[in-house]
Amino acid sequence: MNLGEPIESVEMSGNFSESENSFEPDQYELREALPYRFDLDRRHFFKILGCGVVTLFLADEVFGQESGSRSRGRNNQRPQDISAWLHIGEDGIVSVFTGKVEVGQNVRTSLTQAVAEELHVSVDSIRLTMADTALTPYDAGTFGSRSTPDMGSQLRMISALAREALVDLAVDHFKTGRGDLSAADGKIVRKDATESVSYADLARGRQLVRSATAVDLVPASRWKVAGTSVRKVNGRACVTGGHKYTSDLKLPGMLYGKVLRPPTFGASATSVDTAAANAIPGVTVVHDGMFIGVTAPNSQTATRALEAIHAEWTSQPQISSAELFEHLKKTARQGGGGFNLGSVETGLAEAEHKLEQTYTIAYIAHAPLEPRAALADWENGKLKVWTGTQRPFGVRSDLAKAFGISEENVRVIAPDTGSAYGGKHTGEAAIEAARLAKAVGKPVKLVWTREEEFTWAYFRPAGVIEIKSGVRKDGVITAWEFHNYNSGGSGIRTPYEIAHQKIESHSADSPLRQGSYRGLAATANHFARESHMDELASALKLDPFDFRMKNLREPRLRAVLEAAAKAFGWGKSTPAKDHGFGISLGAEKGSYLATCAEVFLDRDREAVKVTRAVVAFECGAVVNPDQLKNQIEGALMMGIGGALFEAIQFEKGKIKNPHFAKYRLPRFSDSPQIEVVLVNRTDLPSAGAGETPIVGIAPAISNAIFAASGVRLRSMPMAPQGLKI
Amino acid sequence: MYGNYNRRNIGLQFFRDDLIFVAKPILFMSAVKEIHVNGRLQEINAEGERTLLSVLREDLDLTGAKYGCGEGQCSACTVLVDGVPTRSCLTSVSEIEGRKIATIESLEKEGHLHPVQQAFLDHEALQCAYCASGMILSAVGLLQKNPNPSEAQIVRGMNGNICRCGTYQRIIAAIKDAAKTLKTGAA
Repeated sequence: MNLGEPIESVEMSGNFSESENSFEPDQYELREALPYRFDLDRRHFFKILGCGVVTLFLADEVFGQESGSRSRGRNNQRPQDISAWLHIGEDGIVSVFTGKVEVGQNVRTSLTQAVAEELHVSVDSIRLTMADTALTPYDAGTFGSRSTPDMGSQLRMISALAREALVDLAVDHFKTGRGDLSAADGKIVRKDATESVSYADLARGRQLVRSATAVDLVPASRWKVAGTSVRKVNGRACVTGGHKYTSDLKLPGMLYGKVLRPPTFGASATSVDTAAANAIPGVTVVHDGMFIGVTAPNSQTATRALEAIHAEWTSQPQISSAELFEHLKKTARQGGGGFNLGSVETGLAEAEHKLEQTYTIAYIAHAPLEPRAALADWENGKLKVWTGTQRPFGVRSDLAKAFGISEENVRVIAPDTGSAYGGKHTGEAAIEAARLAKAVGKPVKLVWTREEEFTWAYFRPAGVIEIKSGVRKDGVITAWEFHNYNSGGSGIRTPYEIAHQKIESHSADSPLRQGSYRGLAATANHFARESHMDELASALKLDPFDFRMKNLREPRLRAVLEAAAKAFGWGKSTPAKDHGFGISLGAEKGSYLATCAEVFLDRDREAVKVTRAVVAFECGAVVNPDQLKNQIEGALMMGIGGALFEAIQFEKGKIKNPHFAKYRLPRFSDSPQIEVVLVNRTDLPSAGAGETPIVGIAPAISNAIFAASGVRLRSMPMAPQGLKI
Repeated sequence: MYGNYNRRNIGLQFFRDDLIFVAKPILFMSAVKEIHVNGRLQEINAEGERTLLSVLREDLDLTGAKYGCGEGQCSACTVLVDGVPTRSCLTSVSEIEGRKIATIESLEKEGHLHPVQQAFLDHEALQCAYCASGMILSAVGLLQKNPNPSEAQIVRGMNGNICRCGTYQRIIAAIKDAAKTLKTGAA
């Protein structure tokens, strides 16, 4: 067991690449790749699904060919890395296998569309098997907005390849040339439409395997299925209660598990008395090193058993929320590298107006509505675990290590999960359930309580951001110095044209366990940068929109800024009393967005309410407009929480607000009217868009509050106890 | 798990007037042998203090109602008790003896979705959908009480339900749409 180790501390690399494109260190994304080798044994594919046509995406081969730098060819005897495969069966059903996870971003739907588009079949005939380490190829994880650009294009490629393979089969079938044939609606049709043959008929009795090489893909401008608002493919199961999340699963003889948590972080048990718990009928206590857990026939008995365990704990002094920002600054490591352009001193000397400000961002929780959950089952030394995680293969590796078994003996399945937002990269519940299941020799399900999820998961990093800038009276920014302490380097680069820049991300000692979160540090960095931009505009008495445009060259950014301003009516009207308008701009992970917000300061109730928001968003070719809008609206809602009221409070090693009653999440009453303007660039590749739409709303709100009140709020959350202005 | 009955009263900031069974004291607990769920009398053998949520999910395999917080704050556990949306994580199984419970699993009739379910699909008022059962049953209860709610009434009526994915505007649109469908159907 490996549970006694301190939770991993996430190190910042601090070494930014020189290349502009790879500046972002993404230090909180877990990216290590396990060398998973899949033998190209064709029987493997047909054993599962019967005869048919199989196409594979071989990462090495295709990427090797693309870069021209690797010589491994198809005739090489070494096994290849397969990252996705599909099978067309004798019944015409298309089965697709990908290691990606569905966590509410609706990637199951958008990937299905990619397959339907290239293969010319209906969405209904496609079955996606996702995130099952025994069935799907290795995948590093579902994060970083990579599913659409990577898996989306890989699935398009193997689908196009399958389509071409079917045309080849039809050439034999009809004894005609390829030019006479085309694919449509699950059939290969002759040009004169006299004859056609279904994919099912062509696949019958075959065991044909092809791997992806260069294939012609349907350009986005000619998409028929991709690019349309296909509904969530398993939506019906979601509204009828039919979909089984991990926490809903049940196996015969299954017991319910719970784990005893220390009262404070870093505490260890000096004495443990489990006699009373063990005496409860049906209860087993498992005590292994620092791990103390129970199993029981139902969850409530497990809870009661846990409460019956008497333990003495040691604790140690720890940093509390009140000292947080001082602590981060004090422990910051200098000289971690960064981005430098020109000389900030020179730029400041050229400035007619200078500004220095500090911004802070609190730790916040992901609070996925389905807490961490796992169901573990051992059989003949082999372990099978269902768990809601964004990294099923990483969790498989963790389980293999924890129990000293090989990865081949561990199977991890991640059912479509009750959301994650970057908060489920880890597999704590999986290891805990597996440990208990091993002890009792029965399947064990373990679901974290809300309090556990708030306390023993990890948080979005808190941070301190310092900006020093200089600007000329005509609105040209001459100097920009930006330091982020602890929260990270994502989205840290300014998109504005500034001759003299110094931008650094500094790691620090985080008192709380911190990790990935939707958009990573891009939210903090955009909040600070776009608030500061507003402060400069205000100092120069320039319109915030005009000021941004003046310093902006990137056409994709100018396009979204103009689109948002137009839809919002920026500059066309004056806000009512106690209302204010704010604007912000940003780019991250290949997506570009501008956000306009209107706030109302309710002076009687000492509250601030976002009444209206407009987001213009561009992420290349749009795969599913309505699902994209859904992600943008949702990210905006989630962003309102972090902007206005979400904050983890902690003291002496305890989380003080580990409940929804004390940790306020955005509710219906917090929702503004939202308008989304999609800028669809069918000439550009599709970027992932589940994360970036969160970065724009906090600075837009901050700037709107300033416009309404003249008060500048530089700490996220801005109004945790309401707003007294 | 699934709520601690003894902590039922902590921090209920978002009361709804239709929330029942909140503060009734329980004098004694005996085993509950049957409950009326989805039109059928179901045999169970559950200690009376167990939550309705845990009995539905663990003993009856009705997993549509979800655990989200165990303190009545998110309403993912909502079921209908005699037609009234009720947080099953705060309701002990002894309290619902003799009452009629309806879970999300009973809403679809002979292959036809309830108009609220259909409206959720039509408006794509889903992302991870973990909140969906509770949202839909809360909306059904709201529309039973008020067949023609204004937007403000929908917000007030639904404010006890959390969708962390943030699909609130879509849910509001879906409820308005379902209200129209229900009226047409009744006419």
